[in-house]
Formats: sequence, C-alpha cells, structure tokens
Amino acid sequence: MFNPVDDPGPSFHALLGKVGIDTTSSALGNPSNGANADHLKVPHGTTVVAARYADGVVIAGDRRATSGNLIAHRSMDKVFAADKWSAVAIAGAAGPAMEMVKLFQLQLQHYEKVEGHSLSLEGKANQLSGMLRSNLPAAMQGMVVVPIFAGFDRRRALGRLFAYDVTGGRYEEHDHVASGSGSLFARTVIKLGHSPTNSYDAAVDLMIKALFNAADDDSATGGPDSMRGIFPMVSTITADGYNEVASDEIATRFDALVSAQGEGATSK
Amino acid sequence: MNMPFYVAPEQLMKDRADFAQKGIARGRSLVAVEYSGGILLCAENPSRNLRKISEIYDRIGFAGVGRYNEYDQLRIAGIRHADLKGFTYSRDDVDSQALANQYAQMLGQIFTHETKPLEVEILVASVGYAPDGNRLFHIRFDGSVSDEDGFAVLGGEAEPIRQRLQQTYNNDMDQSQTIRVAVSALAGPDRELGGDQLEIALLEREAQGRCFRRLDHDEIGAVLTASTDA
Repeated sequence: MFNPVDDPGPSFHALLGKVGIDTTSSALGNPSNGANADHLKVPHGTTVVAARYADGVVIAGDRRATSGNLIAHRSMDKVFAADKWSAVAIAGAAGPAMEMVKLFQLQLQHYEKVEGHSLSLEGKANQLSGMLRSNLPAAMQGMVVVPIFAGFDRRRALGRLFAYDVTGGRYEEHDHVASGSGSLFARTVIKLGHSPTNSYDAAVDLMIKALFNAADDDSATGGPDSMRGIFPMVSTITADGYNEVASDEIATRFDALVSAQGEGATSK
Repeated sequence: MNMPFYVAPEQLMKDRADFAQKGIARGRSLVAVEYSGGILLCAENPSRNLRKISEIYDRIGFAGVGRYNEYDQLRIAGIRHADLKGFTYSRDDVDSQALANQYAQMLGQIFTHETKPLEVEILVASVGYAPDGNRLFHIRFDGSVSDEDGFAVLGGEAEPIRQRLQQTYNNDMDQSQTIRVAVSALAGPDRELGGDQLEIALLEREAQGRCFRRLDHDEIGAVLTASTDA
C-alpha cells in the first residue's frame, strides 16, 4: 500500500518505477558515447499491415525475423491482442518490441482491473506512444521499434488505426497503415484494393495479397511457407472483439491467390 | 509526569477485535461457493458501482466485506502484487497462497501496530485446472487465515448463512443451481433478493486466460426467475 500522495494509481509503468524496476532500454548505455547496437545483428521483424473494413479493422503480419542477411526465425508472431478490443503489430528490433508488447498488454489489463473499466481506445493509443518515447534512447542505438495499433472504438462504434514513429509520434490513419521493411509494397497493394466498406472476405484477402507481394519484393518479409505450414497471421477486431483468423483458412486463401495469379500469368 | 494507564495486552487486543468486528457486522454478507465449473462469488450489494467482488489475476478473484475504502485498497494492493509477480516471473507463477500470505501480513501488521485495525474481512479465491485445485482463503481483520473447503461465508451474519449453506450445498451442482443456492442462503427464509440487489461473478475453470466473469443484473435476474418457474 502506498500513501495517497505517491500512489501510482492505475499505471503499471508508474508502479514499476515505484518498486525500482527499470524497463526503459536506456540501460543499454548512453548513445552519446557512440554505442550502437547495429553490429549486434539482433533479429528484426518486418512487415505488418492493417486496414479498416465494414465490420471494424483487420491487422496482419508476416512471420519472418531477420538478422542481417540471415533468417533468424521463421514463425515469429508479430500481431498480438493488446486486450479484447485492440491489437498491436510490431516491426523493428524483435527483443525490445516483444518486451514492449508484453508491457503494453499488462498495462492495459492492470488499468482495467484497478479502475474497473478499460481505457478508451485513444487512451490505449497514447499509452503506446509513451512507451515508444521511453524507448527512444535505444532507438538511437539502432534498436528501432515501430508498431501499428488497431482497435475497435466501442464508444464511437468504429474501427480505428494508429501509426507511430520512433519518437512516440502518434498518427491516426483513416484507411490503412503499414510498418516495416516490406511496408512500401504492401501498402501499394492495399491502396489499390481498399475500401472502408470491404466485406470480411475482401478485407482478409487484401491483407494476404499485400503480404504476398511484400514477400515477393522484400527479402526480409516471409511469404507463405506451405512446406512447414507457416502462414502470415491475420486478425480482425470488430464489435465482438479480437479474433485471430485460423491458420487453415489463411492457407486456403493463399492457395486461391497463388492459383489465380498463376492463371493470369499463363493466359498472357 | 503523566503516567500512561497500564492496559493488559489481552484487553488491548480484545478491544481492537471488538471494534473491527462491530464495523464488519454492519455490512452485508457474501459467499463463495465451489461448483462443477469453477467458483461462484456472490454478494448482497445494492450498489452498482461500489463493488465487493473483483478480479485479481487470470485465475484469482477477490471479495471483501466491511469498510469499502479499506478493502478496496487491499484489492488494489493485490492486483499490484499479482501483476508485478507475473511480469517479473511468469503468469503461471502467480498463486493465491502467496497472495493470501501477503494479505495476512498486511492485516496482521495493521492490527497490532496501527491506531485502528482495518474493519474488513477478505476472501482470495482461485480456480484450479482441476476441481481439487480450487483454493478459498478467508483472511480476517487480525491477519488470521483459514483455508476453506467447498464454500466460504464472510460478513456480519456469517453463521446463519453458513448453516443454511451446509444444508443445501453439494459440490456437483451446476452454475445456475449454485447461484440459486447461494442467493437463498444469503437471503434467508424471510426475504427474497432480486437481481439488482446482488453482485455475482464467476471464476470459470474452462475459460482461456482470464477466468473472471461478472454477471450483469439481467443475467442474474434470468437465473433467479427460472428457479421460481420451475
């Protein structure tokens, strides 16, 4: 128990500070002394995308983590449920990014339990912004994390998307967002097929097409891996909450996409 | 020079205990009952917002009777303890026994050292992966802990409610039967409690992740009216 003056309230981050656990990556060292994590070749996660559709938002990510020119992991999850009504997808240095997600999930849950109701969607987006800001010293040393955040705003009954930069800058996007090395290619595909009134099928297929094309042109983005049964991860968030699309369904959709593209190529 | 009056330690403790008990007796009671699918927490609580029952962690619930501000502080302390432990180690390492011990220490410390003991009684309930993994820890104002089996009753009128439950309780009741048994034990023979006078939450064994689920007044009302139809 804390006395009322220095009570950390519903913030888990403030609580960690009170009990003396430092979660900021400034522990890595001072950037001014030239320390740089680039040579460490830490695993990096790559392409994540999200878009609005008729029922809410859809968010997706490939599964590859790279370390320099090598593939570090083939089945990394980059899309996480932040709570029941929102999701965060990460691109950048995998270690700090996953730690950030863990802390973010905990922070939202801690708030919800202490206060008895959850944060507003905007409040959640701001929380993530603050966590990125505290990661800035590490970002200066090469440990860059750039997430995207998507959720269903229950007060306004609509899906909302947020993009971030390394300084914690938060940008609400209207239609779609992408982050990571393959995001340029993914975003072009989404731009062509996107409509806010897309059906569930159209929205999930668009994500799959976007990731497929990102993997086609960006070596750091992993495509569908039928041999190992590893497929990109796609989740939706609607009025009913967060739902991860089953891996089998994604495999079927990929097969349909690939055979359609193959037919297109032979008919030419 | 002023000499403080000598008060025998027995008397001092008795006075404090009487004081705390009086405070607790003023409030309404609550029960926790194990059933086939988990644990039911049920309190008589006319307030919609000042809650007696709440979630601590994935499989752990909390309930308190007595002075609201005091057990609410304990509730928050419990959430902090659990979340910090889960963050430092793993979610699987958060257990109700450690939490109950922590509470016992806090309450015991306050009972002996502070000017006023806390006028609360609290319950830490955790649902196991198997029925024999359930735990109900009942912690009193002086820090004494008891590990209850089957059901636990907290509050001023605990004894008559316990006797009523003893007659009606068996551990393979389903969820709605358990709700009806708990509510009628709380109400007693002379009155009936409606959905809007009750606060009910469940710790559901089969749930994924967070097992705590609060029932809203309509849901409670539906279960209770089903019993009068039957």
